[in-house]
Amino acid sequence: MKKLLEIKDLSAGYDGNIVLEKVSLDVYSGDFIGIIGPNGGGKTTLIKTILGLIKPISGEMILHISKTNIGYLPQVNQIDKRFPISVIDVVRSGKSDSALFSSFRKNTAEKEKAESLLAEMGISAIRNKAIGELSGGQMQRVFLCRALMNEPQLLVLDEPGTYVDNNFEGELYLKLKELNEQMAILLISHDVGTISFFVKTIACVNRNLHHHPSNIISEEQLASYNCPLQIITHGTIPHTVLKLHDEHEHHEHTH
Amino acid sequence: MNILIELFSYDFFVNAFLASLLAAVSCGIVGTYIVSRRIVFISGGITHASFGGIGMGYYLGINPLVGAGIFSVLSGMGIQLFSSKGKVREDSSIAIWWSLGMAIGIIFVYLTPGYAPNLMSYLFGSILTVSTGELWLMLALAIVIILFFTFFYRTILYISFDEDFAKTSDLPVNLFNYLLMILISLTIVLNIRVVGIILILSLLTIPQATANVLTREFGRMMVYSVGFAFLASFIGLLISYFADIPSGATIIFTQVLLFGMVKLIHVFLTKKTQ
Repeated sequence: MKKLLEIKDLSAGYDGNIVLEKVSLDVYSGDFIGIIGPNGGGKTTLIKTILGLIKPISGEMILHISKTNIGYLPQVNQIDKRFPISVIDVVRSGKSDSALFSSFRKNTAEKEKAESLLAEMGISAIRNKAIGELSGGQMQRVFLCRALMNEPQLLVLDEPGTYVDNNFEGELYLKLKELNEQMAILLISHDVGTISFFVKTIACVNRNLHHHPSNIISEEQLASYNCPLQIITHGTIPHTVLKLHDEHEHHEHTH
Repeated sequence: MNILIELFSYDFFVNAFLASLLAAVSCGIVGTYIVSRRIVFISGGITHASFGGIGMGYYLGINPLVGAGIFSVLSGMGIQLFSSKGKVREDSSIAIWWSLGMAIGIIFVYLTPGYAPNLMSYLFGSILTVSTGELWLMLALAIVIILFFTFFYRTILYISFDEDFAKTSDLPVNLFNYLLMILISLTIVLNIRVVGIILILSLLTIPQATANVLTREFGRMMVYSVGFAFLASFIGLLISYFADIPSGATIIFTQVLLFGMVKLIHVFLTKKTQ
């Protein structure tokens, strides 16, 4: 297994306020890490640091792959949905390291890659639609296509399960499981119950970071990690974390 | 028709016609960027801050547009600096530069001995008195803007749509932000003579709103905006000439009228097809 990313004693935050304190995390190829934790606990800060959007206050972040080898899917509410841009252009922007001077080139390979990704996600029909005309699920598919344009070695997703219906959410996680055969994945979610089905390991982020070596995590462990359940469980259908169970037991929701 | 041909035999009218064409090109393209990126208010701040430079130009006896150019570029940078480094909220930062520029302008105009000629034309525009020298500058700006937006179309589009994502793919985001800010400042300054400080924001937003009714695609929106801006400017110019009303006002009025008509027709047609 190849080491893609090393984070050592990293502290990060905004305007001098520390959100993450001395966290460490290694990411290897083949990893599928679910990042959970309360709102404001530092999940997004962690991945923004990984993406180089925030400079660490102290500690180290070493990338063993190039920055453009990371695919990124931001939270949908960070996107201006009224921006005049078509689906195909959003997907092509995933290859934006080739955007400079692109007016002089034919960009055939780039266009073909974008079309094949759209076809793979089953959304070729909406290629010319404006981004604002899409449903939540369609939009997430488009942004997933964009994140995959560079054929990344590491895929980072920030809450891809929000603003989509349950059907699509399940479909999306299955797709991620498939993609995990080719790339490592970091998946932020507040919905621990659902993602623990798909991820391999869980990292709980709440100012500190605890990387739990399996996808099964007990209430007691979470409590000791300072990840209180009542904060994790929110939304219209609250999910709790999976309890320790054997494989045949079906996972349960508490309402 | 004959009266139109007759109009084009006057130099001042040909100049005004060319000015409205060149203004449409620069404002149509740059305005699409401004509207898409939701920086209309910043542009308003830059526009009004440039009045400080006009006042200073009068006081020092240099071309007021040179002063306006310096002030608008500086205020554009200042707004970004205040809000990013000085931790001032962006809208407050805009308001500070907006009013500071106006205040400096008023002080200098007051201190300038005698009468300040053409002051009204800077505030409200006077397309019929645009000089040939100013036309050459507007032509140069229009060419620079067309080249810049053609060569870097995708870079500008991607940075405007999702700045964070553009940063993760190593695009020179900050460089382009500053270059585009300078282009906005220059566009504002060189078009002050056409519609004036008070009204220039309209050339940067109304044709774009009209274009946005018909398309939601960045590139097309630019082309349509140029078209609508030119159409309205030319009609406004004719109304101004025949009705003897200040051109800045008639141009804006035509812009809004055109927007209303396109919007109405569009609503009517989409209802019919449903």
